Amino acid sequence: MPLASYQTSVPVVVDDAKCIADKGCTVCVDVCPLDVLRISDISGKAYMAYDECWYCMPCEADCPTGAVTVNIPYLLR
Amino acid sequence: MAPDQIVDGLSEVSCDVLVIGGGTAGPMAALKAKLKNPKANVVLLEKANVKRSGAISMGMDGLNNAVIPGYATPEQYTKEITIANDGIVDQKAVYKYAQNCYSIIEELDSFGIRFLKNENGDYAVKKVHHIGTYVLPMPNGETVKKALYRQLRRARILISNRYMATRLLKSLDGRIAGAISVNTRTAEILVIKAKAVILCMGAAGRLGLPTSGYMFGTYENAANSGDGYSMAYHAGAALANLECYQINPLIKDYNGPACAYVAGPFGAFTANNEGSRFIECDYWSGQMMLEFYNELLSGKGPVFLQLKHLHPETISEIESTLHKVERPTRGLFQQGRGVDYRRESIEMHISEIGFCSGHSASGVFVDDNARTTVPGLYAAGDMASVPHNYMLGAFTNGSVAGIDAMEFADSHDFADFDAADVAMERDRVMAPTKREDGIPPNQVEYKTRRLVNDYLQPPKVTRKYELGMRRLAEVREDMQERMIARNAHELLRALEVQSIMDCADMAVHASLYREESRWGLYHWRTDFPEKDNENWFCHTLLSKRDGRMTSEKRAVDPYVVPIADDERDLYDKQRIRATA
Repeated sequence: MPLASYQTSVPVVVDDAKCIADKGCTVCVDVCPLDVLRISDISGKAYMAYDECWYCMPCEADCPTGAVTVNIPYLLR
Repeated sequence: MAPDQIVDGLSEVSCDVLVIGGGTAGPMAALKAKLKNPKANVVLLEKANVKRSGAISMGMDGLNNAVIPGYATPEQYTKEITIANDGIVDQKAVYKYAQNCYSIIEELDSFGIRFLKNENGDYAVKKVHHIGTYVLPMPNGETVKKALYRQLRRARILISNRYMATRLLKSLDGRIAGAISVNTRTAEILVIKAKAVILCMGAAGRLGLPTSGYMFGTYENAANSGDGYSMAYHAGAALANLECYQINPLIKDYNGPACAYVAGPFGAFTANNEGSRFIECDYWSGQMMLEFYNELLSGKGPVFLQLKHLHPETISEIESTLHKVERPTRGLFQQGRGVDYRRESIEMHISEIGFCSGHSASGVFVDDNARTTVPGLYAAGDMASVPHNYMLGAFTNGSVAGIDAMEFADSHDFADFDAADVAMERDRVMAPTKREDGIPPNQVEYKTRRLVNDYLQPPKVTRKYELGMRRLAEVREDMQERMIARNAHELLRALEVQSIMDCADMAVHASLYREESRWGLYHWRTDFPEKDNENWFCHTLLSKRDGRMTSEKRAVDPYVVPIADDERDLYDKQRIRATA
């Protein structure tokens, strides 16, 4: 069966101007219990690659530059 | 390069004690094992990252079962947990916990984890349970994981993050020999030989589907997909009382605790739509959940946690704990809804079902030394069968497991396993990556968990369970024959779905086996509505024998702390009686 891609608005938002992933930081990616954050090959910044979020906060709390914001996933907001 | 590309690879390492799961029980087990024999190798394997994994990812707002001299005795606590569990308790393990937990609190204190103290410097314990006083707030509980991590580094525990264990290895004579795991970013296989293995893999919290429909909006940390229950089952270990589900009263839609344990001691209470109390006690028991469920459906729902009658300063104090520790996005959620606790009560709902001995009694069967029925295999925390053990139970029983497992490792050599078992498991794990076409894991998972809600959510109806079993078997066939994973991350989810499916099957089997009702809402069978002490005052043990799921009865061990006849049903009287 063919697969379709599925649109979803993701809860974790990264401010590219503040994110220092391009300088080697991987803190938010490292601490996520669901392993849903990645560093973009294109921008060098962190982003939410998979919408599988427990809205638990380590990514936001541990980010050294305050670049990460956790929102409540839309379906339960 | 696309992220999470699959790499073909297999390597093997060995250690004396392997601890699987780096949440709460796991780090303590690893630490105690290493301190017991500093020369030994202890590996702590974690699917996520030990820094922030498990149920206490962002800390915890209190100890819910602290037996502190001057407030409670081990005898009182053992009695209360026995009664809360309708008597189906092997008291020896509970009593041992109750005796040991105070020294663990002191140890956690020495790690830098702070507990609430009164002006005299004594622990400020609060009453939430029906009978005794055991709740110790942790206003700075956000420091728990960081404090634990420091201890692990200091003790030189070998930490392997982002490895998901999938199956245990055993020798021909049935002794534990190690585990097979897979890297969640590359899909490379890692075989770990070990003399003893401790499972600390958390609850089966991704079993039911939250009413929001968001698959990861579970009560438990959504990483807790029941992998430990599934692994123990396939290794032939017995699992106890799985029909005693976990179902909790939570903030509606947010699906986290409100939390009555924090707010209750300040005077908050659970109220119906008329603003009236309807339960005697906010402690999470199956009996309380039954009244909660009844109220929701009675026309007097919704159910609320009410704080607005409290002094604004008190509310601010409660708020600062609720919005900082354990689930800090509670504040963001309420803000988004425009809910101010000073003016509006918190709308509550009941959670999806799960397995979790942290709050109920289901888990891999363990004795008072945290030993499972497989030699060399241990379990602790939310997945082990010591009832109502919460975070402090995970620490305390994790400690017991670590010490006993190292003693086992010190007196045994590595057990041999069959290389064919590794090859077979590698094929099973990688199967979804070998298919060109099929169904992605998120669809298999959604359907499985939707069926769990439709057919397994109490009240348990035999006919519904039989239909549920058939539907789940159909999805299992799709899962085994047609599921695809296009990268290592999807493979992680594909493996988790297999744990979820195993747990769903075990929930059905265990629930149909116990032909009575017990533990309030947790095991309310409409075809057997009464408690039947004559035939069912016993544990049920589920295990895999000759490839098939079987259940059997196991007698409750003689009590250490006697329960008087007039105390047995104290938890059955949860509903506030109308007075003339």
